[in-house]
Amino acid sequence: MKPRRFIAPSALPWLLLAAIYFLVPLIATLLFSLKSNQTGKCCTVANYSWVIHNGDFWHTLKISFLLALETIVISLLLFVPTIYWVHLKLPKLRPVIAFLALIPFVVPPIVMVVGLLRFFKGSPDWFYAKPWGFLAGAYVILAFPYMFFSLDAGFRSIDVHTLTEASQSLGARWTTTLVKVILPNIRAAALAGSFLTLAIVMGEFTIANLAAFKTFPIFIQLVNETQGFPAGALTLLSFGITWAAMLSLLLVGRKRGARGAIVPATR
Amino acid sequence: MAFLELQNLHRDFGTVKALDGIEIKLGEGEFLSLLGPSGCGKTTALRIVAGFDRPDEGRVVVDGRDVTHVSPNKRDMGMVFQAYSLFPNMTAAQNVEYGLRIRRQDKSARRKRVDDLLELVGLGNAGNRYPHQLSGGMQQRVALARALAIEPRVLLLDEPLSALDAKVRVQLREEIRRIQLELGITTLYVTHDQEEALSVSDHVAVMYRGRIEQMGSPAEMYSAPGTPFVAEFIGTMNRLEGTVVEGGVDHGGRRLTIAAAGDRPRGQRVLVLVRPESVEVTQANGSGGGNTLVGDVVTQTFLGPVTRLKIVGDGVDVIADVPTQKALALPVGTRVAATVPADGAQLLELKEDLPVVAEEELPAGR
Amino acid sequence: MAWLATLPFFAYTILFLFAPAGSVLVGAFQGKTSGYTLENVRTLFHSPYIDAFKTSIEVSFVTALIGAVVGLLVAYAAIRDGTPRWIRSGLTTFSGVAANFGGIPLAFAFIATLGPLGIVTVFFRNRGWDPTAHGISLFTKTGVEITYMYFQLPLMILVIAPAIDGLKREWREASSNLGASQLQFWRFVGIPVLMPSLLGAMILLFGNAFAAYATAYSLTSGTVNLVPILIGAYYSGNVLDNPHLAQAMAFGMFVVLAAMMVVYIPLQRRAARWAK
Repeated sequence: MKPRRFIAPSALPWLLLAAIYFLVPLIATLLFSLKSNQTGKCCTVANYSWVIHNGDFWHTLKISFLLALETIVISLLLFVPTIYWVHLKLPKLRPVIAFLALIPFVVPPIVMVVGLLRFFKGSPDWFYAKPWGFLAGAYVILAFPYMFFSLDAGFRSIDVHTLTEASQSLGARWTTTLVKVILPNIRAAALAGSFLTLAIVMGEFTIANLAAFKTFPIFIQLVNETQGFPAGALTLLSFGITWAAMLSLLLVGRKRGARGAIVPATR
Repeated sequence: MAFLELQNLHRDFGTVKALDGIEIKLGEGEFLSLLGPSGCGKTTALRIVAGFDRPDEGRVVVDGRDVTHVSPNKRDMGMVFQAYSLFPNMTAAQNVEYGLRIRRQDKSARRKRVDDLLELVGLGNAGNRYPHQLSGGMQQRVALARALAIEPRVLLLDEPLSALDAKVRVQLREEIRRIQLELGITTLYVTHDQEEALSVSDHVAVMYRGRIEQMGSPAEMYSAPGTPFVAEFIGTMNRLEGTVVEGGVDHGGRRLTIAAAGDRPRGQRVLVLVRPESVEVTQANGSGGGNTLVGDVVTQTFLGPVTRLKIVGDGVDVIADVPTQKALALPVGTRVAATVPADGAQLLELKEDLPVVAEEELPAGR
Repeated sequence: MAWLATLPFFAYTILFLFAPAGSVLVGAFQGKTSGYTLENVRTLFHSPYIDAFKTSIEVSFVTALIGAVVGLLVAYAAIRDGTPRWIRSGLTTFSGVAANFGGIPLAFAFIATLGPLGIVTVFFRNRGWDPTAHGISLFTKTGVEITYMYFQLPLMILVIAPAIDGLKREWREASSNLGASQLQFWRFVGIPVLMPSLLGAMILLFGNAFAAYATAYSLTSGTVNLVPILIGAYYSGNVLDNPHLAQAMAFGMFVVLAAMMVVYIPLQRRAARWAK
């Protein structure tokens, strides 16, 4: 085909449609967030002020953030050595694990929480009644597919065997090899997976709601139900957090082999 | 009357002159290769003939008809791409059938033609296989059959063998030529492999930086290169710089007797071109003189029936091909005498400094 | 013995994935007091449960179909020759974020747009045509579908973009060289080659919408009868008092999704094969 120099006219309507559909709700949210609670009209930053000065906002934000960190740490501790080992010694196991990464499609959060609540009923309070136990445990599974695809891509982009053998021939133990040689080389992939996990945990509502925990998205919903315009400010802030996580992901991913599936988890 | 004509083609990409006045006349049924290093413009020229690009100036004329601005799907040409051009969702037979389906030929006629063509390219029983089940060589045969199915007036091939293994390449290029002769189809072939071009073409046009350096029969191109670039590009050639003197050429202080120097003005800067196979090599006794240059064998390269010797000495740097048997007696380090034949050398006027042909521009396997 | 090192991983997935999943399976077939029964599953085929399944499947199918078609057209428009590179990058970046911008915040954004006081609603009202007076509301099945598109569309774009990239330029040129028009190319080569990816993407979109909870919850507070909402209703102590019914519903969802997965896997294999 003669290489086109300008945009095809048949492409324009679709791009415009997409632009309008995506931008209008964001603009609407922005306008709502600037409306005053008293007059119902523009323009005030009172809503943002309300959010920032709200104790529950910071409290739940902190809980969700810490929960995300906990999930990330457990995920990395669990998945990095496993995937490394599989790439190194058990390549036949890889398709099995890749298949497992598809399970969350068949067992989505709504189904999973039903099972979790039944299975862990009667387990000790320090696990069942605390987000650091029950929720984190579930979130690691939620994060698993994204972590897997990111880390797997990262491991595939480096020569695991050569690096390991080189390290061992120089006298290093397994742990040293893992920490000093392998980890730095999959840093981009691990970071990518971590940012995705962050976005997921900060936005996860289903499990938290049905299991009655008070996380950040739960707080947002509460505000949605009870306040009007401040919810707009909160919505934009939460959108901003997702943006920040995804942009960090992109910046990190621009390095080597850190592509992962970017699939939604909060619906 | 030429069947396919490229008239004064010009094509710029920004500041780069991809084509700088290309003129080609090809008779019906003839096979012309566009030969040159990457970036010389040969693929650009082909794509303009095919219709995937338009020239900034100039015309493409086929059988008297100006097709320069005709869209590619109406030019009635068949094209074989370098790789990946088979439709993955169709079998080999379906691929070959494609052009006929578009032309709405009826089913039985199509079926027969497809079978004939697959037979012609040697894939009679592979029709039901999908591209991913075929080797690279087989895929290109299917691509050829597909291009020929529509009985095009012109056949275009864009480096069809570059992506294949060496042995397959040699085999396939001979088949392409055989089929082309059998069908009598006018063919334009693009390649960077000079051996390939010389072995299958009626005419060869060597291109460099958007221009045709020289066009002629393979034998002409080989024995009488018209420019220093062609001399360097086609085959391996010894290039000795010098100045014309009475009856010969002064090369770095040595006076070589060269018959061809007779019709050149004294003092002219020239290149003495000698093919390696024309250089006589013997054990050295003495310090040479006249056309005999003395030096040491620094490398031996085994090329099968012939071994290539690189001989280096004081102001001496030549390549000579000797029968392998003889080369055994002249191992690395031997002092030898290399004689430049007075009659077997050709002269080229050196108008400017030798073109610096980048290493990667030189054809592979030299 | 090398597999021992993977034990922590498998132990974890058994504990937090398989055991709970199995728990749902078992619970679905348990009676309210004791023993095992098919009663729960049988109940699923009556109202309101069967209606919930019908609605969920319908919503998922509609958003998957529209998402797939529109997503393909938008992605192609952004990727094709002639479109400036920044449009493609912008769209991909935004899709990456928007695919995760679901749930509660999304519901609010649409309420702010198409709700009774939404800017679009008000826009029309000020010009003399009041949507609410005509019974048009965001809090319906259609409203949910429109809202769901906000994460379905980006997901489609992200998934289909690599497949579109995989359409080799040589195919289009060869097709043209052999005499075919653009339309003929798409009909005989383009769409068939994309089809496995398209179908795979549709399945992904279906599952995505089917499992969605937060968005529908926040948007409709239960007025639209969807399976996840119904399940959630049990846990908020509203409607059901039989936990096994909720588990049966979860089991039902699992069955639907597993059926989709069975179709998905061979499709992916086919798409990967042609990408070579």
